Amino acid sequence: MTAISSYARARAVVAGRAFSIATRRHVHLSDTPLVFVPLAMAGEASAPLAAMIGTQPDKPTLLLVPQPRNRDLRFGFAASLADIVLDYVHSCSQRVEISANEQVFLDAPQLLVPNAAGVGFVKLLGRSTRYRRTTGPYPVPPQVPLLGRWLTHLSERSEFAGSSALLAMTSALGMHWATGQSALEDANLAALLGWIDPPDGVTGPDAALAAEDPLIWPPAGPSTDPAFDNEILAPAIRAWTDAATDSPKRHRALNTLERALRGQLEPTWQLMWRAIDVLRRLPAADSVDTRWTTDRRDFSRYHQYVTDGGLPQARRDGAVAAARKLRNLEREQDLYDATRALEDPLVMANYRITGAAFQGTVVQVDRDRRVPGGKGRAVTRPLIVVSTTDPAHLAISTKVQAPTRSGQTGTIVQIDRQPDTTLVTLELSGGMTAAKVPPPGTVPEMDEHITYTSAYPESFRKVELPPPDQTPWTHGGPPKPYTPTNDDAQEVWE
Amino acid sequence: MTFDPAAEAERVTTDILADFASGRHLGVVVDSPPGAGKSTLVVRTAVSLAAAGERLMIVAQTNEQVDDLTCNLSAKLPAGLVIGRLTGSGHGVPQRLAGLPNVLVDEKAGNLVSCEITIATAAKWAFVKDTVWPWAIVDEAYQMRSDTLLALAARFERALFVGDPGQLDPFSVVQNDRWRGLTWDPMQSAVAGLLRSNPTLPVHRLPVSWRLPASAEQVVASAFYPYTGFRTGTGPGDRELSFDTRAFGRTPVDAVLAEAATSGWGFLELPARHTMRTDAEAVAAVADITRRFLDRGTVARSGDSSRPVTPDRIAVGAAHRDQVAALRTALADLPDVTVDTANRLQGREYDVTVVLHPLSGRRDATAFHLEAGRLCVLTSRHRQACVVVGRAGIRELLDTHPSAEPVHLHEPVKFPDGWAANQTVMGHLEAHSIAA
Repeated sequence: MTAISSYARARAVVAGRAFSIATRRHVHLSDTPLVFVPLAMAGEASAPLAAMIGTQPDKPTLLLVPQPRNRDLRFGFAASLADIVLDYVHSCSQRVEISANEQVFLDAPQLLVPNAAGVGFVKLLGRSTRYRRTTGPYPVPPQVPLLGRWLTHLSERSEFAGSSALLAMTSALGMHWATGQSALEDANLAALLGWIDPPDGVTGPDAALAAEDPLIWPPAGPSTDPAFDNEILAPAIRAWTDAATDSPKRHRALNTLERALRGQLEPTWQLMWRAIDVLRRLPAADSVDTRWTTDRRDFSRYHQYVTDGGLPQARRDGAVAAARKLRNLEREQDLYDATRALEDPLVMANYRITGAAFQGTVVQVDRDRRVPGGKGRAVTRPLIVVSTTDPAHLAISTKVQAPTRSGQTGTIVQIDRQPDTTLVTLELSGGMTAAKVPPPGTVPEMDEHITYTSAYPESFRKVELPPPDQTPWTHGGPPKPYTPTNDDAQEVWE
Repeated sequence: MTFDPAAEAERVTTDILADFASGRHLGVVVDSPPGAGKSTLVVRTAVSLAAAGERLMIVAQTNEQVDDLTCNLSAKLPAGLVIGRLTGSGHGVPQRLAGLPNVLVDEKAGNLVSCEITIATAAKWAFVKDTVWPWAIVDEAYQMRSDTLLALAARFERALFVGDPGQLDPFSVVQNDRWRGLTWDPMQSAVAGLLRSNPTLPVHRLPVSWRLPASAEQVVASAFYPYTGFRTGTGPGDRELSFDTRAFGRTPVDAVLAEAATSGWGFLELPARHTMRTDAEAVAAVADITRRFLDRGTVARSGDSSRPVTPDRIAVGAAHRDQVAALRTALADLPDVTVDTANRLQGREYDVTVVLHPLSGRRDATAFHLEAGRLCVLTSRHRQACVVVGRAGIRELLDTHPSAEPVHLHEPVKFPDGWAANQTVMGHLEAHSIAA
């Protein structure tokens, strides 16, 4: 936890409501997100029990498995879920643009789940279904393995920083507000939203306290409330199982189950849409759209791959795939952290407090300074001095950038610490055109209020890794390529 | 039987050279405790291979390490042989290499084909293509990440991996458990991955730490090298700190200096308090101790030779960068004193170190603060004495925060455990504690 977020939490306690830690929205919100509230059977991490899913607040679809231990019923659930998800994926792939010689869909699927455990459930569900066979032993409807691949795609995409393909609502909210409760309590969507957006006349802590009553606010899943399990769910499942197929008794039992599960899911469903409204009220940060384009591009590529008959995602990454993925994850993480700070002063505050960035006033400008450049010609390198009261723990020759002046880099030449202020001298380069005298506006003016940060997005060179079939001996040699077999269908769902 | 450190070290080194040169193994791993002559081994292996007419590549992790090695190699290389120092673009010719007659510096590997030895950072090697060297030496291999090794492994046929397993593991900004348990997990150290994929490779251990004083042998070995251990090259009494001036009055700082001079260890215990990371009192105490070592005219004796402890022979270490920044500001009048984080102090050596304890003033003990490698680096850089500054209550903090890291299937358990290592070190420091 950073000093800023600790401070924000303390402020939230005092104020009795959540405290903003971001001025802008850093996640993309689709116009038609697919909201998915899954429930699992207690004791089995990926045995689906029920789910509420849909793209419109007033039209949720309830799916349920009347006997979660029954394998066929599970696949029935997966098939009906697949109908909805694949329809949604299809609806996102209607319009394309051409960007950098690539067809990119104008839309991409966005799956919203209540919490981090929900993301884990999506991952498990994808893993349980993507290798199923549509022929041979234990055949499943053709849409089931396809569902598995799309769910896997979304959950793998969600590992990238800044991706909005699959979001846990609690994390999305937690990125923008600090509450006066613990991180564990923040994982409860009802309590978190109670702090952020309490009902009129109720304080955050009271709203969060009310959210702890499972009768009013059932858990947001995937695990259910144990009391509900024992007193309502277990008898209802038993009644359904004991009744003969197609008997009126069974229909009644199904109705009871449906009512009970709807009662468990509906409050969370409403919360999800309330949370979406709360987030939509924040203006989106500039790079949100750029990052969503990355999501769209990734979606388009995978869509193409699926259309071309590509194999399901591997069970495990091979050595080369893992290394490549780690590098990509790191690159996107760096980029995301840096751009987020550049676009949001409250995020930048975290960098200022650790001394990686500073804010101050320009007190001296030598704008026409020219020095001999590398190729013998003189180049324009203005010097400016910024007076700041921030810690500014930066070493000489560190490169910095101002959020308002991307494309121009400052190099720290000198740091002069005085009792009441710190004077940082910067040598500027870039962003001043080739003219001998920098055009007006390209160099910070006297008295300009400016922020400089050492964390800014940098281009980085892609390392070339060996092809997988030439994995060196140090990493176990080339892996065996995957070929789908009927054994995949025998895999237990657990 | 008496232990003859020099003979023992020589025997192990000869074994390593024979094992590697025999060509029977694709890789040979050498584990080395702090200051056990790792660089000497690298230089000796490189020179003997080059002198036998072989071509080899050397991989180190930072430009500084590469330049250090290049200088050492340049001095030992027989006439007629040339070292090629491959640099990153825009790096230029490092100043201390400019005057060396047997060193070529270039940005392109193609321009260095005539060199018997080619040396560069791992990051640079990842961009070299097509050429294959029959031999490679990877220095500080435990600091290198497994995915980095993957990028350059095609460049060599056989390799000698040298490193200190007790130091900090490589680091990633990404937290992801998806590769846990895989033998090729890209987030582990290069050596860990190498040995998991090739469990039959020979592993040698350098037995003697030439850097650490005898006073550090027991605690550093039992805390950080619990199963392998090591001996120090010097015995009790071989190293000594003395002061030119006497203490004036009775201050805790002078008391901790006296303790460090006699026992090799000192712990200045500030009153218990929860603080920000840049605890102003602790920072001031570290700065006071450092300055006092210099003001008192400290002299370090090792065997028969004595030399004054100058600012460049002192290092100040801390866990976080903002702590380092605060310490640097507090020691701005002594620019020659090295002040840095544990990560950057790896592989360095000083007469005296002053350390801000990573757990000082904290309310919690996270995996970062408990990491054994961090404490190991901080408490094993010294030839003479190590003084630690911390708030009271570190023992209690440890007791309330046992390590709770999840255990992953198929993942080798890492020893030493950071929590246990911290307990061992604190147990030792308590005996040398001076209340501030």
